[in-house]
Amino acid sequence: MSELPGDLLYTNDHEWLRREDDGSVTVGVTDHAQAALGDLVYVELPEVGLEVDIGGDMAVVESVKAASDVYAPIDGTITAINEELADDPERINADPYGDGWIVKLQPSGAIDESELLSPEAYQSLLDEEDA
Amino acid sequence: MPFIPHTEDDTREMLAAIGAPDLDALFDEIPADLLINSLDGVPAAMSEMEITRLMRRRAARDGAPLCFIGAGAYEHHIPQAVWDIATRGEFYSAYTPYQAEASQGTLQTIYEYQTMITELTGLDVSNASLYDGASALAEAALMAVRTNRKNKSGRILLAPGVNPTYEMVALAIAGSQGITFERVPMDGVTGNADMSFNDEEAPVALVIQQPAFPGTLEDVDRLTNWAHERGTLVIAIVNPISLALLKAPGHWGEDGADIACGEGQPLGVPLSSGGPYFGFMTCKHKHVRQMPGRIVGRTTDLDGEPGFTLTLQAREQHIRRSKATSNICTNQGLMVTAATIYMSLLGFEGLRQIALRSLQATTRLVAGLTTIDGVSRLFEGPHFHEVAVQLNRPVAPVLGALAARDILGGYDLSGSHPSFEDALLVCATETKTDADIDAYVAAVAEIFAEERGHSA
Repeated sequence: MSELPGDLLYTNDHEWLRREDDGSVTVGVTDHAQAALGDLVYVELPEVGLEVDIGGDMAVVESVKAASDVYAPIDGTITAINEELADDPERINADPYGDGWIVKLQPSGAIDESELLSPEAYQSLLDEEDA
Repeated sequence: MPFIPHTEDDTREMLAAIGAPDLDALFDEIPADLLINSLDGVPAAMSEMEITRLMRRRAARDGAPLCFIGAGAYEHHIPQAVWDIATRGEFYSAYTPYQAEASQGTLQTIYEYQTMITELTGLDVSNASLYDGASALAEAALMAVRTNRKNKSGRILLAPGVNPTYEMVALAIAGSQGITFERVPMDGVTGNADMSFNDEEAPVALVIQQPAFPGTLEDVDRLTNWAHERGTLVIAIVNPISLALLKAPGHWGEDGADIACGEGQPLGVPLSSGGPYFGFMTCKHKHVRQMPGRIVGRTTDLDGEPGFTLTLQAREQHIRRSKATSNICTNQGLMVTAATIYMSLLGFEGLRQIALRSLQATTRLVAGLTTIDGVSRLFEGPHFHEVAVQLNRPVAPVLGALAARDILGGYDLSGSHPSFEDALLVCATETKTDADIDAYVAAVAEIFAEERGHSA
């Protein structure tokens, strides 16, 4: 059973996002995703300032057995990247919702929450995948 | 590796299991208009007896001429043991061993190869090899674009000494991917790069070949620093044998080249009408994620025993699909095996002796040729085992007359650069004795004298 905080929004691609007080959005991959990937060995991060469109490639997380793209969950601009991941990608395995965050985005407009999943909706996605 | 054949029944059973009517159905996704049903220009089949006779006859035409041609592929003595060992059943495969549990010997050979090539080039990591030197440059250019992501220009600058064939191959492979190749102007006196040109936009990478194509030695430190001051990566093309004498790319300038590549053929692979040869590639550790091709790593197994395995495979197409660093995932396993044995047999001191002997041979050759009226050096300055000489007449008839004397006299540089008109690139490796060299010089002198006789 993977951990699934109730105060986050989720995507079909097993990413999470947290709306911060300053209007920015923090993005990472879910506990389920890190467990499925296994021990991460490398994270390819975008440049700060990069503009991304929803669904576009943003980063790559690579484990000993797979490499997986991290997609932009919203339209926006990259305002920060988790540089610690360069030397310590396993932070994503250890703390996917905390120290293992990947990027911060400044949304380019209002966030369309209908494109995203609530914790309950994401849980049912996981249940379906297990079934 | 054991061979497991399949019978027609096996094939039928497998097709039935996946629901395909016949073998052709497996290729259904290829559009019909892309399929070639007949190969024009390919003659009708011949029997083994006929083809053996034809090939023997053609091979005999090669004869055993004295070869003074270099220009990218070089004749070196290959100890008999190299190919005796390389063609043993245990090594005799061109393919990468995926199955670590069944391929420790091959994997270790590649690992040792990687270690030797990184030592030669002074860089941190090597891949398991690429097709050849020219395609290695194309891969290095693509790798530089992926690595230097901040630079969106797609511009790769080529020092004037980059082999023109390499440029053509790199353009064919990478040119359709938004990458442009531009030449740095040449200093007419030294043959080196003239960096005083007005370059407003920093290029992704600067490619420096050492020794340069016309045999000159480029000021690699200056060019490397020039590039790094602009955030431009440095790709080195080097001759592996020359590295026994010349500075390794990893030590060029303040920070060293970022990527080194080149043709591995001089290391134990015979000249054979253009191939198979092999390309090598090494890079700084920080660029390894963008390096194409296989990498063998040393690890420990579950019992704590050392072993070898393919590593960093998440870069590759069988895992990353279309996002792979390269679709060239193979290596030239057999050529690399030969090169590894060659380097092991010689050791660094052996390589140094070969490099020195080649340098001496070329020095003698050039000294002899330039005593002939009408032959001078195209560029002064130091050289390795290849030098461009300027003739006072067209090169092709001279080469023809030499060929009639069973001498392959060199590579005609005319046409490869505007200032190389009537220039001839000559090379003498350790395979050329003083007598060979003197015979070549005497032949050229004779041909020049004959022509003078005719025109008088």
